Amino acid sequence: MMFETLLFFAFSAVLVGAAFGVILARNPVYSALLLVLCFFNSAVIWLMLDAEFLGIVLVLVYVGAVMVLFLFVVMMLDVNLEELRKGLAGYWPIAAVVAGLMVFAILDVVVVKHLGGVSLGAAPPLPADYSNTRVLGEALFTRYAYPAQIAAVILLVASIAAIVLTLRHRPGVKPQNVGEQVRVSAKDRVRLVKMAPEKRP
Amino acid sequence: MESIYLTIVLAPLVAAILAGIGGRAIGRVGAQSVTILGVATSFALSALVLKRMVFDGAPSFDGSVYTWLVSDGVTMQVGFLIDHLSALMMVVVTFVSLMVHIYTIGYMRDDPGYQRFFSYISLFTFSMLMLVMANNFMQLFFGWEAVGVVSYLLIGFWYTRPTANFASMKAFLVNRVGDFGFVLGIAAVLYYSGSLDYSTVFAHAQAIAAARLQITPTISWSAISFTCICLFIGAMGKSAQMPLHVWLPDSMEGPTPISALIHAATMVTAGIFMVARMSPLFELSNTALSTVLVIGATTAFFMGLLGVVANDIKRVIAYSTLSQLGYMTAALGASAYASAIFHLMTHAFFKALLFLAAGSVIIAMHHEQDMRKMGGLRKYLPITYWTFLIGSLALIGFPGTAGFFSKDALIDAVGRSHLPGAGYATVCLTAGAFVTALYTFRMFFMTFHGEERMDHHTREHLHESPWVVTLPLVLLAIPSAVVGWFTIRPLLFGGFFAGAIQVAPTHDVLGAMASEFHGPGAFLLGAIAGLPVWLAVAGVACAWLFFLKRPQLADAAERRFHGLYRILVAKYGFDWFNENVLAAGARRLGGGLWRFGDQDLIDGVMVDGSARTVGWFSSVLRTVQSGYLYHYAFAMILGLASLLMWLLWRT
Amino acid sequence: MITLTEVLTLSGLLFSIAVAGVFLNRKNVILLLMCIELMLLAVNFNFVAFSRFLGDINGQIFVFFILTVAAAEAAIGLAILVVLFRERRSIDVEDLDSLQG
Repeated sequence: MMFETLLFFAFSAVLVGAAFGVILARNPVYSALLLVLCFFNSAVIWLMLDAEFLGIVLVLVYVGAVMVLFLFVVMMLDVNLEELRKGLAGYWPIAAVVAGLMVFAILDVVVVKHLGGVSLGAAPPLPADYSNTRVLGEALFTRYAYPAQIAAVILLVASIAAIVLTLRHRPGVKPQNVGEQVRVSAKDRVRLVKMAPEKRP
Repeated sequence: MESIYLTIVLAPLVAAILAGIGGRAIGRVGAQSVTILGVATSFALSALVLKRMVFDGAPSFDGSVYTWLVSDGVTMQVGFLIDHLSALMMVVVTFVSLMVHIYTIGYMRDDPGYQRFFSYISLFTFSMLMLVMANNFMQLFFGWEAVGVVSYLLIGFWYTRPTANFASMKAFLVNRVGDFGFVLGIAAVLYYSGSLDYSTVFAHAQAIAAARLQITPTISWSAISFTCICLFIGAMGKSAQMPLHVWLPDSMEGPTPISALIHAATMVTAGIFMVARMSPLFELSNTALSTVLVIGATTAFFMGLLGVVANDIKRVIAYSTLSQLGYMTAALGASAYASAIFHLMTHAFFKALLFLAAGSVIIAMHHEQDMRKMGGLRKYLPITYWTFLIGSLALIGFPGTAGFFSKDALIDAVGRSHLPGAGYATVCLTAGAFVTALYTFRMFFMTFHGEERMDHHTREHLHESPWVVTLPLVLLAIPSAVVGWFTIRPLLFGGFFAGAIQVAPTHDVLGAMASEFHGPGAFLLGAIAGLPVWLAVAGVACAWLFFLKRPQLADAAERRFHGLYRILVAKYGFDWFNENVLAAGARRLGGGLWRFGDQDLIDGVMVDGSARTVGWFSSVLRTVQSGYLYHYAFAMILGLASLLMWLLWRT
Repeated sequence: MITLTEVLTLSGLLFSIAVAGVFLNRKNVILLLMCIELMLLAVNFNFVAFSRFLGDINGQIFVFFILTVAAAEAAIGLAILVVLFRERRSIDVEDLDSLQG
């Protein structure tokens, strides 16, 4: 028991530290990499909360796809790093005040008021043959079947939207139009002309 | 009987509508035929009604034919009160109207507004009949305003003339002043009696007399005096009593038939008729009667003086009308209502005659109205000359004519009154007889006698007017000459108006005269010895001397009494006062209110000001809209944070 | 044993750090997007924790959907970013003031 708590605090500390790094790093590449670290630590903590499927999904989807996309964009864009970090200092007081206020509010609710007195002591014990993936899958494909479809459509729309937004028609490029090539016939291209033979001058 | 009354009223209305909107479909002949037919129908039926009431002893009729609306216990309806008073008025109105209709055929022959004119005068006949036949104040007021509108339309009939437009506007505005008083009077009547019906109101007359109108805690007015004076202010506007008389001389801008019909014979007598109709109320207030008496007498004398200096033939007759209306009003004030109505009737005949004859002269002179360019017309216009002479004699009260009987009786009646102001009124009216004769025969001599001052071209074309013009002259000349002989006895002393007009015993001057009355012949002989007749003869003699025999005497008098002459030419300054003080003051007030109230306050502060406030507020708010994405993000986060805080710590 | 309070405190810290990040970064739209990802992570933490401690799988389903939408959002956001950079040669937040109209 003691060891699990210790582990939680260790990962939490790394998570919070990485989160600070994300917002304070001078280089956006560092920020992205630190965000990846955040996600890894979160995945570990989610595993400790018996949410194995989501933990793995977080690593696979978020770190494997979304964060790579972030890194890709960060590196692809030719951003002037010197410019990016100016003006940071001027805003830290208001950032600190707002963030501190929110931390204070959340702590007030969670620690002082105990969520309005709801008693949630230890997590309920799980049965021996508990499979998080099975339970999640059962819920997702029965009760949440339609929302799952909608989520799929949203992803599809998002991917199409991303393509449409970034697609660029460059002038001067000469792509092949296969359909047109197939449809074309000889007489569209060649004109046979009858003419009298000519004498060599 | 109701259907007869309805026909009398509606026939001219239908004719007016047909002539007005018939346009080319009925044409000029159609318009004149339909309107003359309508008015002739009304006249015939009115005469029938009068005959039935007077000779067959038919009872008065008082009934409603249509209830317009009932509001809070006040019923507004169309109803007729037909008694001797209204029956007589109906006959006078329709007869003069018929004459004018016929006359118009000749007078307006070349006018492009021919049909419009017929439509208007028929509409006027309808309105006037509604007025005299009303049995309640609402309908009286309707007719009152309707004749005002038609008068406005007809004064401005030649709407391309700026002077005509000005005159019509002036008539309308001055009448509004009077109508304001009239409406107040009607409101007072409604307030104190709770009804608008004559019969109910007159039954409550004693209650009104007992009431007091509290102005301040210490000052209170007699309700009946207030009511009657308000009603009389309305009569002052319509019947052109000083100081609301200013519109009548200017109304001569309208066509002459109109001057005869509306501004001499009928509409302007509506005020006289109304006061006579309200006799049960007026009898209860000596204050109101005295006011009426003094104003009437003042108008009668001073307006007559103006006729002496006027040079426009129609204006002379207009001032004469004012003066004669003053006579009638004075008679009303002396409680000699019957005498006023008698004079109203004879005046309608001879004044319409004078106007129409003047119109005939004007036609002959190619629409020249200045008497200084006339003279010696006698041999060119014989019929006009003789009818004009009859009219003039009637006007000055020459013994035997209709005007003599009515006017002499009237002056006598006023002389017997004991109301405050009666002495002054008697002096005014008696002196007025001299003035009347003076200006009438000045006009007569300048027009028909003496040297011919018109230009050569006009003289060549002088000829008598066509028969449609002269026929009404002759038809009007007959009653002007003789109607007094056989109407004086029943009208003044025979209790003709019993039931229609009430006179308190203490005021009954005509009753006192009745004991001395022994028939028209004896009355004639008795009056010849009286002062008014000799003054009239003196007036004629003066006119003959000054304006025919020795014109240079008139010029000398003008130079000698230059100040007086100037005052008279300026018409006592009423016009100057109205235009430069009242109208200019109102314009300045309006301009000030427009500039301050409308432009500065409403436009500037309220309309533009609110817009400018919104604009200023927006410009302040605009700075918040920086356009930077992160500002919006901050706003969202701050909003979220404050919402959280509020949720957390609201209790 | 991990308690709910500890997890919720952790997620609150994460969220507040992300909010502070939004305030701090004026120059880089990519970092704003990363901060949003961080906020969503904090929210997901709450869902996972409550799901565990209440024994209710629906919370985790929600996390699933949030991940989906977050992925879509990241894809479109980055696409917009690419287009923006192509147009302006800059991803500086302070250059993006055309909302002012």
